[in-house]
Amino acid sequence: MDFRFTEEQEMMANVLRELLGDLCQSSDLRRLMESGQARDERRWSGIVDMGLAGALVPESYGGLGLKPVDFVRIAEAAGHACLPEPLVENAGVALPLLAEAAPGNELLAAALEGAATIAVSHPSNAFIADADSAGALLLEREGELHLVNPAQARLERQESVDPFRRLFTVAFEPGSSTRIASAADAAPMLRAAFDRGALFAAAQLIGIAQRSVDLAVAYAGERRQFGKPIGSYQAVKHRLASAQVKIEFAKPVVHAAAASLPQSDLYSAARVSHAKLAAGQAADDAVRAAIQVHGAMGYSWEVDVHFYLKRAIALDSWWGTKAFHRARVGQRVFTGRLGPEHTFAKESQNA
Amino acid sequence: MDLHYTDEQEAFRQEVRTWMEANVPSAPLPSFDLSREGFEAHRAWERTLSEGQWGMVTWPKRYGGRGLDLIQWLIFEEEYYRAQAPLRVNQNGIFLLGPTLMEYGTDEQKARFLTAMACGDEIWAQAWSEPQAGSDLAAVSSSATRDGDDYLLKGHKIWSSRAVYADWAFGLFRTDPQSERHKGLSLIFFPLDAPGVRVQPIPQIDGETGFAEIFLEDVRVPAFNRLGGEGEGWSICMATAGFERGLMLRSPARFQVAARKLVDLYKAHENEVEPCVQAAVLQSWMDAEAYALSVYATASRLEAGERIGAEASTNKIFWSEMDIAMHRSALSILGARAELLHSAPAAGDVGRWLDGYFFSLAGPIYAGSNEIQRNIIAERMLSLPRA
Repeated sequence: MDFRFTEEQEMMANVLRELLGDLCQSSDLRRLMESGQARDERRWSGIVDMGLAGALVPESYGGLGLKPVDFVRIAEAAGHACLPEPLVENAGVALPLLAEAAPGNELLAAALEGAATIAVSHPSNAFIADADSAGALLLEREGELHLVNPAQARLERQESVDPFRRLFTVAFEPGSSTRIASAADAAPMLRAAFDRGALFAAAQLIGIAQRSVDLAVAYAGERRQFGKPIGSYQAVKHRLASAQVKIEFAKPVVHAAAASLPQSDLYSAARVSHAKLAAGQAADDAVRAAIQVHGAMGYSWEVDVHFYLKRAIALDSWWGTKAFHRARVGQRVFTGRLGPEHTFAKESQNA
Repeated sequence: MDLHYTDEQEAFRQEVRTWMEANVPSAPLPSFDLSREGFEAHRAWERTLSEGQWGMVTWPKRYGGRGLDLIQWLIFEEEYYRAQAPLRVNQNGIFLLGPTLMEYGTDEQKARFLTAMACGDEIWAQAWSEPQAGSDLAAVSSSATRDGDDYLLKGHKIWSSRAVYADWAFGLFRTDPQSERHKGLSLIFFPLDAPGVRVQPIPQIDGETGFAEIFLEDVRVPAFNRLGGEGEGWSICMATAGFERGLMLRSPARFQVAARKLVDLYKAHENEVEPCVQAAVLQSWMDAEAYALSVYATASRLEAGERIGAEASTNKIFWSEMDIAMHRSALSILGARAELLHSAPAAGDVGRWLDGYFFSLAGPIYAGSNEIQRNIIAERMLSLPRA
């Protein structure tokens, strides 16, 4: 029992944090937003050069062969930077799914090199993100999994409030040439993909929450009213402290959910759901606290807090609504074994 | 990150479970805050624990412990609460003063106090607050005047938990009469039956007398009873408060067992309650799990040599608010019976939820109010400017 990240895990996340600290600043975000482009090529190639695209793809297929727990800090860093590029969906969800369903497909090799991204649809998500810039679409239809060239699909843009999310509805003709997994084969793959999606959304929400508190703390230290920094007043302090408490008790849930994800049972799935709910609540509290602490500036376009507000809104129901996740926690609670001796239990273990 | 118990840890769990099943009293003991009889029943339980060498498993063997690590301590606590063993009457001693003594005490002090503490021979009360020094603890005015090898203690302490029946108390005293605020304070122990000590019980919300006022009139204690150097009381006291708010005082198992009971209560009355109660019950279960996971993470860091910091303050806020929410949900489920004492003929399965609810309301107040904890988080974790 050791509930700590390894040095390697921390180091990889630190490298990404440093990269994003350089290349994903407020001015970078605003430049990309004004350009209307899907991604910043310099930033994206920096991420690809780290080998992150293939992070969760087995080594035998050319990936890094990492586990969800190795990637969870990466996803937090992406949330913290409000990263526009599809690192988390591509590397965290789509590529491992493609590797599982069609390991020999040439698109996988291209995606591992960063020459293409893969966009993924799932019944739980009403839209598909980053479909227009993707090299291929992994689409679910009636339980089957299809791999589709975007040129052969009809994409309709659904504008998101988040300026960096590119959402689409998609129509295509499923056929034997597009099918890469039957419904029976695809079901467990899609379940696993869903849990990765929900877990890494939760990790991003942790990053969003912490960045929101960080921005508010910085502002409250500078902004003076009644002759003192507003951060010296208890009303401001206590709101930010409460937001930080929410973050502190969502983080270990997200981390434990990442560590137990390969268990693939009701207990590990419920922990993912708990992580998503807790991180979503932490982000919601933190972004609203950040807006309030910034006062009228917080309601302005000029301050970055609104980017985080919008990303938090987007991720709140992405990879499962709160109702879905709460129901799954309910299934765990009302049918499983409860009590302190079962904190790290598997569903199949004997009590 | 490895979230599996080792074979040794699993074997340890079985060892604790076997002992608890053989030794935990079959009926709950009477409250230790209501009568001498209840207090002494809990003292007897402390002695039973100690005979099994379970008094304080993390302490070194020479003081009656087993020298175990914090993960083993968590496993012990899980089995302790699973077995519904009695609450620890000596928690002020074993969880607060004990770890501080271990760190700041001389070898002679450790030998004198720790073993007697671990085996229940000496039960401790805390004597932090004074009428004018609550949240502002540095305002204490009780004094300790040096007289040869002794101190003469004078002053008025209040809200001292367990002081009504306990044997000893520890508190802050001003050893430098010229000093102000945090300086010139020393941490000193005194026997509650010493000449010049008068203990006045204070009835609580629930009718019990868990705390008391202590009046000290020239109480003579040897200088040996001072922990740490003269004038170092404040920093030592802050270390104690860190333990109190941090891991030891409220181990997660307590809340996980309460969450399990809440789920059982909900299941028994599912069709009688409004829909929002289910969400509240699930939230309580999730919060108890989150607290447990967080404590495992902290314990892992401490075992790796790190120290507990302001996160102790986040713990205290989280568990105290969770505890209230949990009991509030239980009262909602009980509906009209929520107000019944468990002795009422129609009480049925009301259990001890009402008692627990009252006690939970004290959580955000004791061990440093949650307002003070939020100040600590804001200033020490977030580095917001001081007022």
